[in-house]
Order: sequence, then structure tokens, then C-alpha cells
Amino acid sequence: MGKAVIELKDIYKRFYVGTPNELEVLKGISLEVQEGEFVAIVGASGSGKSTLMNIIGALDRPTEGEYVLDGVDVIAAKDFELSKIRNRKIGFVFQTYNLIAKTDAIRNVEMPMLYAGTPRGERIKKAKELLTLVGMEERMRHLPEELSGGQKQRVAIARAMANDPAIILADEPTGALDSVTGRMVMDLFHKLHKEEGKTIVLITHSPELAEETQRIVTIKDGKIIGEREGQG
Amino acid sequence: MMIYENIRLALFSLKANKMRALLTMLGIIIGIAAVIAIMTLGNAITSSVEDSMSSMGVTNVRVRVQQREEEEESMNGMHFGTDEDGRKMVETDYISSEMVQQFCDVYGSDIQAISAEEAVGQGEIESGSRRSGVSVEGVSLGYFRVNSIKIQKGGYFSAKEMDEGQMVAMVAVDVVDDIFGGDMDAAVGGTIQVALDNKYYNFIVSGVYEEDDGNSMSMSSYAALFGGGSSTSCYIPIKTAQRLNHSSGYTQFTVMANADVDPDEFSIRIENFFNNLYRNNQYFEVSAMSMSAMVDVMAEMMNTVTVAIAFIGSIALIVGGIGVMNIMLVSITERTREIGTRKAMGAPNSSIRIQFIIESIVICIVGGIIGIILGCAVGVAAASYAGVSASPSVDSIFISLGFSMAIGVFFGYYPANKAAKLNPIDALRYE
Repeated sequence: MGKAVIELKDIYKRFYVGTPNELEVLKGISLEVQEGEFVAIVGASGSGKSTLMNIIGALDRPTEGEYVLDGVDVIAAKDFELSKIRNRKIGFVFQTYNLIAKTDAIRNVEMPMLYAGTPRGERIKKAKELLTLVGMEERMRHLPEELSGGQKQRVAIARAMANDPAIILADEPTGALDSVTGRMVMDLFHKLHKEEGKTIVLITHSPELAEETQRIVTIKDGKIIGEREGQG
Repeated sequence: MMIYENIRLALFSLKANKMRALLTMLGIIIGIAAVIAIMTLGNAITSSVEDSMSSMGVTNVRVRVQQREEEEESMNGMHFGTDEDGRKMVETDYISSEMVQQFCDVYGSDIQAISAEEAVGQGEIESGSRRSGVSVEGVSLGYFRVNSIKIQKGGYFSAKEMDEGQMVAMVAVDVVDDIFGGDMDAAVGGTIQVALDNKYYNFIVSGVYEEDDGNSMSMSSYAALFGGGSSTSCYIPIKTAQRLNHSSGYTQFTVMANADVDPDEFSIRIENFFNNLYRNNQYFEVSAMSMSAMVDVMAEMMNTVTVAIAFIGSIALIVGGIGVMNIMLVSITERTREIGTRKAMGAPNSSIRIQFIIESIVICIVGGIIGIILGCAVGVAAASYAGVSASPSVDSIFISLGFSMAIGVFFGYYPANKAAKLNPIDALRYE
């Protein structure tokens, strides 16, 4: 395996610090994800996996611990630097797609490049390429409300790859889809992993989906309780 | 690039919520429209009044007797009648013919003409079943000169007719049409019977004057404007009028100064001259005001009105701005997920802030543009109804645009800042 893209060391996250209801959600999590790896993080709800995802996604800071993402120290980063890290290094895929309403597919895919300051011509070219990659080249000018759930998720995946991020962070990407379209979306992730060499972190509560990945990390009560290889 | 994208986004969200956008913009539209309409109308009226006043002669000085008083009633310059209350004017309070003569002796070289008038009242010329309403006015010979009244047929009054106060009259063309069937030859030298206050007087017509084209506003056209009467004037010698009115002096007259005389400075000299004669009169004094000073007073009045309306308009704008702020807060709550998504995609706080400030500016500017169009239309329509030509002032349009933009920034900042400071995790989870 190549170099580590995600290096988490002794991550703690506590809420309401200093009050009687202080709550420790993450209790010393250490995790490394190598470049080109497809990893699943599994856990029941309340296990702390969403909190972990927020920290990996640079949306939140841990209370304690070290986090280096693709060679950048996330803990030391200021707020505007966190924005930059999210923009360049992370591609988010959400359960609820979160496409911008009343904005067509291609402009949704362009959006992260807009914040990266990519020139217009390049933006459009890249967005078209990515939409072709996810099989949405016929519907580039469609608005989100004109697309089915599976189509929306494919646009969202294209958007996640807009700035060639170090990792794709997918939070229950098939959670709102039926099994057939869910299967198509999973196939798309496998394609990105195998053909494009993307590093993918999949957060899910479904053991079947997790089995498809290379490595399964199980979280319970804020701790990693097991790590094993998957079928992928 | 970002700005263009943001404007496009803002226009999209306006289009998506047309009704809401319109209601939001209403305050801005009304405010801007009111200010623009009033400014357009005000400018039109001011310039029209200035035009007509200066066509009456910039060298004219209006002299009138007024009560000595503390109140600045006389300042408004629109005082053409004699409605003095308090002590009634008595014989010695009027400016006598001798005083005017004395004045002419001293300042004769500075004067082109003196125009005095003495209104006798509304009368009716009768001839058999034919009638024609007129307002009978006694005038001095200078009146025709000052008001540029031209003779169509016959002539002005002679000096003898003036001095002796003979029963002669000058009538307008339409009186000739009404009474003499349009026969000018029969009219000049003919006799008219004028009913005044239930008494009948016979006048010999000495001349027929041309109706003024409305360009120069004479006293009678002012009277027609304000008094609502549509009758033309029937001029008689001022002495005749004084005899009919049982008066012997003037309450007001107009001095037409020579072109090389500064009318403002001359008006002070006139005032001093007459007030020297009035120094023993403890109730009345003489005031003289040049036409240009009257124009200034007029312009100042219009200005005051404009400022007052602009103030009301700006209150509407502030209320409109609060409406914009309110709708921006609603919009931000509705789009919390979008904000969260943008932040997750790497939008810095500053981009989110700019996005919503631009949206607020776009709402205000679109409202401003609608308001400007509406205001210009209303202003021009009102001006043409009032009979003056108006063109919207370019300045006020640019000021309005700038003002709407400022409102957009001012009232958009707080909501935009609130959006920028949202926690991305909470925003993403917001239902």
C-alpha cells in the first residue's frame, strides 16, 4: 500500500465540556487510511460514527488528538483553512444528496470548483467529464427536482470529485435509495475505486454494504472495536 | 466570476418566489417611486414657474402696500389681492398718484414703464341676448408694455383718456366674437354695456387686444388659474377704475426697470424711497420685490416641498428595507441546508456572506428600477396633467439606484452575516 491519506491519532470528542452533562462521544480513536483504499466505517446509531465523519470531513474539530489529512495538519488549521481543506481534499456524498435546488446538474458539479477559483472554461469542461463518468451526460441541464434519487446521487458523486479530492467521504450514500438504485450507486463507487484509484471512506450501518469494501472498521460507544478485511 | 454567479443565483431565487419578491420589494418600489415622481413634478413646476416669471420680465419690480407686521405673511410673494385685515386701509394709506409722479421724477431714467392695475370686479358685457363674461381691470398705460399686450385693432388709451378717466375700454378678441359677431370694425368705436354689481356702465371700445398665448402669465391669467374664472380681461383706464371703486390710490404696481439696472438693488432703492414717504404711517409700509427675488422665493418653496416628500419617501424606504431584511432572514432559514452544503463543499464564510448580501442588493435594485420607472411615469403624467412639460432628472435616477443599493447592503448585512456564521454540521442536519 502507498502512503497514508488519513492519519487519526487518539481522537477524543466531548460535548458540553465543563458542564454537568458533559458527554464523551469519541474515546480515543486512532485510524489510518491508505491512498487508494476503500474503507467502511460501520456502527449502530449513537456509536459516534457521525461525529467521527464530521471530524474526518474537517467540519468539526476534535477535543483532543491529532489529525493529518493528505499531509496537512487539520488540528492547527484556522477556520478559513478548514474551508480550503474541505474544498480541495474532501469530496462529500450525503444520504440526502444535498444538491442546490433550482440549479441544474452541471452547475451543481461546478460549485466546488467555483469556490476553488477554477476558470469558467475549465470548470465546464471538468463538470462535463465528471457527469459523463457517472453516466449523467444526457441530463446535465436538468434541475435536481427533475431527477430521480439515484440520478441525484450520481450528480452528487460527480460533484464530490470536482476538485480531485484526496478522499471521498460518503455518509450512508444509499440510505435513501431502493435496493436497485442503491446497487447502481455502490457499483459507481467500485468503479471510481478501481478505475480512478480513488480513496473512499464509506460510513454506513449496513453490514452487507460494508462487506463489499476492502476494510471494515466497526465503532461502538466511541471506540473502534474491530477491524477486518472485507470482500472488496 | 463569483459575483456574476451570485447575481444569477439571486435572480433565480427572485423568479422562483415571484409573489414574495414583489411584496418584499413593494416598500422599496413605493419609496423610490414617490421620491422620483415628486422630484420630476417639482422640477417641472419650478422650471415652468421660473420660465413664465422671467418671461414676465426679469427687470420687473413689484411694489405693494402692506401692513407693518411681525408675521412674514408678505414673504410668500403670492399675495396679489388686497385682503388686509386689522386696520382697514384709508385714503392716506394708498400710494397716491402724486407719490408715483414724485417717484418718476427721481428715478425716471431707470424706468421703462410703470404698470398699475385696479381690479373692479367680474362683470358681464351685454348686448341684447348676447353676453360675455369679463373681469374688469383698471390699468395704467405701462401695464400693456410690461405684460406685452399687443393691439389687434384700434389703439391703446390716449393720455387724455387716461388723465380724465374716461369711460373707454379695451376688450379681447373673443368679446368681439361674442358681442359684435366677430366684426372688428364695428367693435372699435362701438359701445358696450357692462353689468357690474347690478349697475350698468357704458364704455366705448378703443381697441381690441390679442389674447396672450399663455406663454407669459399675466395677472389675469393668474386670476383665471387661481380664481377658476375663465373670463378674459376688459381693460379700462386706471383713473376710471378708481372712480368706480371710490379710491384714489394704488395698493400695488409693477415697475419695469431699464435693462442696465440691477432689479434687486433697484427694489431696495424703491422700497427706501416709498418708506421715506410712509415714515409717519404706523400701520402700513411699502415693500418692493424684484421678479428674480420672487422666483427665488418660489424655488425655495418648491425645495421645501421636495425635501418634505423626500423625507416621507425615505421613511417608506426604511420600512421597505426592514421588509427586505425580514425576507432575507426567512430565505436563509429556508436554505439552511444549502448553506451547510456550500460550506461542506468549501465555501468560506466570506463567500456565503457575499452571496446573501448580493441577493439582498438585487432585490433592492430590482425594486428600485421598478420604482424609478413607476415614479417617472407618474411624475410625467402628473406634470402633463398640470400642463407643464417634465423630463425625469438623471441625477435623481442615479441617486435612487445608489440608495437602493445602499439599502440592500445595510439591511442585507445582518441576515447574510447570520448565514455566514452558521455551523456547517447543524446546517447540514437542518430539516
